[in-house]
Amino acid sequence: MSELSVNHLLGIKYLTKQDINLIFETADQFKEVINRPIKKVPSLRDITIANLFFENSTRTKLSFELAEKRLSADVINFSASQSSVKKGETLIDTVNNILSMKVDMVVMRHPNPGAGVFLSKHVNASIINAGDGAHEHPTQALLDSYSIREKLGTVKGKNVVIVGDILHSRVALSNIYALQLLGANVMVCGPKTLLPKYIKDLGVKVETNLKKALEWCDVANMLRVQNERMDISYFPSTREYTQQFGVNKELLDSLDKEIVIMHPGPINRGVEITSDVADSKQAIILNQVENGVAVRMAVIYLLASKIKQ
Amino acid sequence: MSQKVLLNSKEVNITLHRLACQLIENHDDFSETVLIGIQPRGKYLADRLAKILSEDYKIKNIQLGHLDITFFRDDFRRGDKPLEANTTIIDFIVEDKNVVFIDDVLYTGRSIRSALTAIQSFGRPKDIELLTLIDRRFSRHLPIQPNYKGRQVDAIDNQKVKVKWVENEGEDAVYLVDK
Repeated sequence: MSELSVNHLLGIKYLTKQDINLIFETADQFKEVINRPIKKVPSLRDITIANLFFENSTRTKLSFELAEKRLSADVINFSASQSSVKKGETLIDTVNNILSMKVDMVVMRHPNPGAGVFLSKHVNASIINAGDGAHEHPTQALLDSYSIREKLGTVKGKNVVIVGDILHSRVALSNIYALQLLGANVMVCGPKTLLPKYIKDLGVKVETNLKKALEWCDVANMLRVQNERMDISYFPSTREYTQQFGVNKELLDSLDKEIVIMHPGPINRGVEITSDVADSKQAIILNQVENGVAVRMAVIYLLASKIKQ
Repeated sequence: MSQKVLLNSKEVNITLHRLACQLIENHDDFSETVLIGIQPRGKYLADRLAKILSEDYKIKNIQLGHLDITFFRDDFRRGDKPLEANTTIIDFIVEDKNVVFIDDVLYTGRSIRSALTAIQSFGRPKDIELLTLIDRRFSRHLPIQPNYKGRQVDAIDNQKVKVKWVENEGEDAVYLVDK
C-alpha cells in the first residue's frame, strides 16, 4: 500500500489525488468500525494528540476529539480563551510548552491564515490544520468530497456549486482544491461582494443567479453566512440575501431534477436553507457529520503511521 | 530464490475436504456456528470451505464473514511497510455463537491475537476455535494453537510459506520459499 506523501495535513493544496483516495479508502474501513457495537480500535494507544483551538469551534473540535478517542489516542485540549495566550505568550512558545509534554500530533485551529504552515516549520510534531482563518479547512473539504462520493458513487465529472460567502470561507477554498483534484466541475455562486476578485483564476465557474446555478449542478454546498467575519456590509440585509441566495423547497421543486444539498454547519435555518430543505431526503448534512469522524480517523491514522518510533 | 511445493492442487483439495469434515463433526448443522475468514488471505480459505460445506455437504445457511485486523495489530508504526486496511463484513450476530477463525498460515500467532481482540467489537462469542491450512510449528510468539490444521510445517525464519489460490493467483498450491 502507498502512504501519504505528506507528514502534515496543512491544506488540500499540498495533497495529491492518490493521497485523497488513500484517505477515502481508509475512511471506508473506519466508517465500518464506527458502526460496530464497540466503536474503538487500539491503533494509536501510544500516541498523544493536542487539540489547540485558538478560535471557537464546536463541531470540528468534537469530531476530532471523537476520532482521536476512537483510535485510542491520549488527548489533551487547549482553548485560547482560557490560556496564557491572553497573557501575551507567542504561538511557538505555547506549542513548544505543550510539546514538552511529549505530544506527537497537533490539531490546530487558528484565526490567522498560514498558522499551520508556520508551526510545521518550527516544531517537531505532525500538524493537522483544523481551519486557519479564511485560508483552508482541509478535513472539511475531505469529508465533503467523501460524502459526495458516498451519495453519488463518484466525484469525477459531477457538477458542484458552492453557494454563499466565498470571500471569507476556508471551506470554499479547500473544497475547490479537493473537488478539482478529484475531477469535479466546480462553480461558485453568491453576491458579487462575497466573491473574491480573482476566483476565476482557480478554474471555477462563477454565477450570481442561484436558480441558474442549481439548474447546472448535481450538488449544492450551501455555506454559512459568517456574520462574525463581516467587517463591512456585504449585502443590504439578511432578508435580501435569503431571497436571492437561500434555498427553499419551492425553488428545489421548480427544478427538473433532484440535487444533493450539503452544508458544513452550523446552519442558519431560514437564511441559507429553510428547515424543510435541511431536513429533507435530498440533504446529506447529517451524513457529512458522521463521515467527518471517519475521515478524521483516517487522516490521523495515516499521519500517525509516519511518526517515527 | 528457491521454492519447494508443500501441497499441490490435488492435495489442497483433499485437505480442504478433510477440514470441512472435521468442522461438521464438531459443529453439526452450523446453526450455532459462524465462520470468520481473517483478512487478507484467510478469506480465500474461508470462502472455499464455506463453498465445500454448502455445495458438497449440503449444509444450509452457512454464516460466513471476513474480519480485518489491521487496526488491532500490535506492529503499527513498527514495520517497514504501512499497514493496509481491508474490508470487514460481518452481517450477523456473533454474541453467544461458536466462532471459527480461519486463516491460511499460523506463524507467530500475533494475527490471531489481534483477531481475538477485534471480534470483541462485535459481541461476546460463546467460544472461538482456530482453523488454519498451514501450521508453522516452533515459531510461535504467543500461546496460540490451531484446533484444525491442514498441514504442519517446520520452517526456519528466513523461509516463507506461500499459499496460492485459484481465485487470485491462478492455482491452488502451497510453497515453501527461501527468501
